[in-house]
Amino acid sequence: MEKQKQVQKRQSATAIFFDELSKSPGLITFLAILTGIIISGLLVAATTVEVYEAFSVSFFHGMGEIFKTAWSTYSSLFLGAFGNPKTIITAVQGGDALAIRRAINPFFESLVQSTPYIFAGLSVALGFRVGLFNIGAEGQIFIGALTSVYAGYAITGLPAFIHIPIALLAGALGGALWGFVPGFLKAKTGAHEVIITIMMNYIAFKFTDFMINGPMQDPNEYTPKTPWIQESAQLTRFFEDPIRFHLGFFVALAVAFVIYWLLFKTTWGFELRTVGSNPNGARYAGINTTRSTIIAMSLAGSLAGLAGANEVLGLNHRLVPSFSSGYGFDSIALALLGKNHPFGVVLSALLFGFLRNGSRQMQLKSGVPIDIVSILQALILAFIAAPAIIRTIFRLKKPEIEEESIKVGGWGGN
Amino acid sequence: MAVANSIPMESKKVHKHQSKSRRIVMGIIFLLVAAVIWFVFINGTDASALTTFNMTPGGSATVMSDWAFSTTKVLSILAVLCAVAGAYQLILGFQNLTNGILGLVAVMFIFSFLTWASSGGSLNLAGLLRVTVVRAVPLTLGAMAGILCERSGTVNIAIEGMMLIAAFVSTVFASLTNLWIGMLSGILAGALVAYIHGVLTIKYKVDHTISGTVINIFATGITSFLSSKFIQKTEFQYLNEPGMFPQVDIPILSKIPFVGPILFSHNLYVYAMFLLVPFLTVMVFSTRWGLRLRSVGEHPKAADTLGINVIKTRYMGVILGGMMAGFAGTYFTLGSSGRFDELLTAGRGFISLAAMIFGNYHPVGAMGAGLLFGFFDSLSAKASILKVPIPSDFLGMMPYLATIIVLAGVVGKSNAPAAEGKAYEKESL
Repeated sequence: MEKQKQVQKRQSATAIFFDELSKSPGLITFLAILTGIIISGLLVAATTVEVYEAFSVSFFHGMGEIFKTAWSTYSSLFLGAFGNPKTIITAVQGGDALAIRRAINPFFESLVQSTPYIFAGLSVALGFRVGLFNIGAEGQIFIGALTSVYAGYAITGLPAFIHIPIALLAGALGGALWGFVPGFLKAKTGAHEVIITIMMNYIAFKFTDFMINGPMQDPNEYTPKTPWIQESAQLTRFFEDPIRFHLGFFVALAVAFVIYWLLFKTTWGFELRTVGSNPNGARYAGINTTRSTIIAMSLAGSLAGLAGANEVLGLNHRLVPSFSSGYGFDSIALALLGKNHPFGVVLSALLFGFLRNGSRQMQLKSGVPIDIVSILQALILAFIAAPAIIRTIFRLKKPEIEEESIKVGGWGGN
Repeated sequence: MAVANSIPMESKKVHKHQSKSRRIVMGIIFLLVAAVIWFVFINGTDASALTTFNMTPGGSATVMSDWAFSTTKVLSILAVLCAVAGAYQLILGFQNLTNGILGLVAVMFIFSFLTWASSGGSLNLAGLLRVTVVRAVPLTLGAMAGILCERSGTVNIAIEGMMLIAAFVSTVFASLTNLWIGMLSGILAGALVAYIHGVLTIKYKVDHTISGTVINIFATGITSFLSSKFIQKTEFQYLNEPGMFPQVDIPILSKIPFVGPILFSHNLYVYAMFLLVPFLTVMVFSTRWGLRLRSVGEHPKAADTLGINVIKTRYMGVILGGMMAGFAGTYFTLGSSGRFDELLTAGRGFISLAAMIFGNYHPVGAMGAGLLFGFFDSLSAKASILKVPIPSDFLGMMPYLATIIVLAGVVGKSNAPAAEGKAYEKESL
């Protein structure tokens, strides 16, 4: 009798464990990523000719080929993002400094790719926290790049420790201006920020195009390019070529911490979050929602502007027409994956950066187009946004407390 | 519920309150336009200069002789007309006609701009307008896709993605079979993507904008993926040769000088736009079907009480919208370029969204906005041959600036369906 009771108790303990596990939001995130990876892998297999040839031999051959294809895809992605351990070991044993740098470069390059994602992701996440959908990060990135590159080449004769902050600040201000307009219009006229930021994106693209074809074009160049920025404005690199890892990554981490502190440790951040979760309640409580909306959108714009500044000050050192990055659009998925929490954003930015960097190697090695990463991101975002799909697939229980979901609402400010 | 009820009343009050200030703002805008024409355009031109408009688009058989006139005389007339309109608006106000007059003043302003910019030279006005009509097609069709979705209460930011997928699918099917099957497959592909949007937003209650973003990212990824994996490669080149719908001259009508080549000498897509706009207007605003469609977007609870199946109607709106977006997507390949290239829609899905809002969720308005955007599009392509040094980039910005201005309420508020973007949940008894 007693023994039976004990067994029952033990069972219930494991049951409770799995029960709790199945309800945790972290599990949903994990399963969303996993499911996305599996479906993308199947898609790659389904578009590979060898798989069909193997299926015509036998079913098992076919299944084997599917695994082989998916494995080669993801392993080349992984090696492309982290570097090949074998190459690293051989390089270290060989002792040649350049060979070592080449071998460890993929890992640092992934961090380099993650950096603008951190900034842009924080921008989108901050918007979501205040109930605003900043789809205009891309345009803000362009303007940020434009203003920072100007500060980078037009100001001369400053030491680096002054010039770098000034150039970064210029980028932040440019982005802030591009965020201020939709924020102001939203707060004052109710014009929906989604459509305004999309329009602001196109204006930013056209404006940047105009500037580097005209007033800001390097007179010594026949093609539209801005002049090189001063050496004092370049974000410090920590290694020699080919590793491009630079100061921007640590700036991004610091900014992420500042945003965390602002949002969760200050009264002002509490007000912002209240406006986002319950605008009517916020108004009753005497919070100035107009001001919060404008400030939040400007701040979001300045973060995205920093992403643009980071790219030109850290990597390109000038602005060229093909600057278009896609960081702004990816960061929507990224912010949601990170649950709009600054630290979550940093983690998912690292994931996206590693995916982005690895996918290039994957395209070279296994011939899988780089666009598979977009598909993967879309799938992950869909599963994060609709956790019910994941719960249905894996037969998870519904949590008692409804998770906070993001609501943007219709146009026209309703 | 009480809150929801009070909102329309409140906004009405605001509207009345604003009408006086709006009258004055509009009057000042009209006067400013007159001032710009007078002081910038007329002052900047030689009194004896002539403006020549070519009235025959290139390659057209129907010829009309060029139209030459004195630049400053025409500009003075236009400036005076704008000034009169401004003065009347300031003192008495045009009341309900204000928006129409605003449109007229805008047309006069654009006309004077063209007159001024091509003074001393010539501009192919007919060619400009012909390209305007062509450029308006995907925007108008896309905007009507948006109208069908949003009138039934679903925000559709995914028009761009639906267009891309339809363009891709139609290319492959048209290459394998014929153009008509290609078009049909594109429409069905649009419907399928819209169904996914419907499932995500209506069944799983995902936020509409986020679901749309998912579809856009996915559509970009999958079409670029399949495109670079297959149809851009030489061994699969036969999958990317769909051909194009030929230009069809409408008998008699296409022979009208000036108007004929501009309106009646195009391929099927332009005529489809001309037919679909009135058809959809009647369907949405004058039939029982349309009333039901709009009712689930405005007040789903009331519609439900009257026995309308809200969920079903919303699915119908989304899927019909997807079919329209799919049709618009096939325009890019079967009606315009004759092949699929990555990201060939180039953001036109988003601009259609703007055209929809600009056109106040009405097919006729959407076509007006589509034509306006198309005009700037075709003008910015011609900016280099204009005499005036206005960079093409700035002309290209015009549609976006105009949309922002409309949205900000300067030109009158657009009325989004009230229950748009909100999931409907039947109350359990």
